[in-house]
Amino acid sequence: MKVAICEYGAGNTRSVALAFERFGSELVPDVFAADLAVLPGVGSARTAMDGLRARGHDLALRARIAEGRPVLGICLGLQLALEESAEDGGVDGLGLVAGRAVRLTRGRVPRIGWATVERGGVDEDQAYYFAHSYAAETTAATAWSEGVVAEVRSGAFIGCQFHPEKSGPAGARYLEEIASLCLA
Amino acid sequence: MAAGRVVKGIRFRGLRDVGDPVALGEAYSAAGADELVFLDIQATIDGRRTLVELVRRVAERLAIPFTVGGGVRSYQDAEELLAAGADKVGVNSAALARPELLTELAGRLGSQAVVVAIDVEDGRVRSRAGTAATGRDAVGWAREAQARGAGEILLTSIDADGTRAGYDIELTAAVAGAVDVPVIASGGAGNAQHVADALGVAQAALLASILHEDPSRLESLRSELRALGVRVR
Repeated sequence: MKVAICEYGAGNTRSVALAFERFGSELVPDVFAADLAVLPGVGSARTAMDGLRARGHDLALRARIAEGRPVLGICLGLQLALEESAEDGGVDGLGLVAGRAVRLTRGRVPRIGWATVERGGVDEDQAYYFAHSYAAETTAATAWSEGVVAEVRSGAFIGCQFHPEKSGPAGARYLEEIASLCLA
Repeated sequence: MAAGRVVKGIRFRGLRDVGDPVALGEAYSAAGADELVFLDIQATIDGRRTLVELVRRVAERLAIPFTVGGGVRSYQDAEELLAAGADKVGVNSAALARPELLTELAGRLGSQAVVVAIDVEDGRVRSRAGTAATGRDAVGWAREAQARGAGEILLTSIDADGTRAGYDIELTAAVAGAVDVPVIASGGAGNAQHVADALGVAQAALLASILHEDPSRLESLRSELRALGVRVR
């Protein structure tokens, strides 16, 4: 499978690339043409959006979604896919999914550490690694973790708030599942 | 880490070579560590930056979060470490010398990628791998670091470091109670009860000495922690 990881000059795209390579994905540079486009995310929303626009990834990702071709957003990548983010005084997102990113208000922020997720009212046994100060507020949520949106699915877009590439064997299985969905 | 090797001392002194960072990093990841923290303790003293190439080699073998510190003085230093595969950068001496550095890093990398490492002896903060006094008290500096953008505090008690006699719970509780960001307790782990006690006041606990001589100890520690009622992955 051909996977394109959006590089935009910030954050750690290398660990995402390694995670996909571990199960045999071929990494390609063309965000529009790949079987799966991945929007990784570490950093602040404004810097990231500026970087995406400067490289034309915003247009390529919107075009993919319009054609029903899969995009995976990870952490900030999920938040950027929404219509807007409250970070940095308010930043327009890519609008691939309805909703907005809002600052976490409960517990310690940033929310950092391993936590399990709940899907369809069932607590999954697996823990994943989270590191974030903002989270999605959306009707497209498909999984939750400690009251926070952990996963979003809408059309061809899948977004996870946790970092599968940093979540050991559980994260690797998650990415493989996403990859198999894209080929189905 | 010093001179490209993993080293460990007692109260920051008498450093012993305990192994190869790439091999140890991989062993900890395989044994179920939740995160790897890698501090180049000679970088500031030698006036050079962390060994980026080594970070790259360690990161390649990991599928867990990776924090790297030592000699980070600028956004460029931090960005270079993240590009090499670190997820978070640890900042210590440079932030004490110029606290604005934390704000600059958090503004561009996000607070979640900025860990302020605080080394404390007798309630006072020390810099340059414990070799220099700063005159700051631990709680005050932790509060300021948070206000300036640090997203996590790695709090090391120099008094407890390497002693295996338990974490400095009083210090850890005081700092964790004064800030809203997560605090990682460090220094003094000797057994599972120590870790459980630390996790009673901090959000994470760092282990070094007792694992370095036997990485497989991590697995038995996890089951001992479960038996003590601590939620572990």
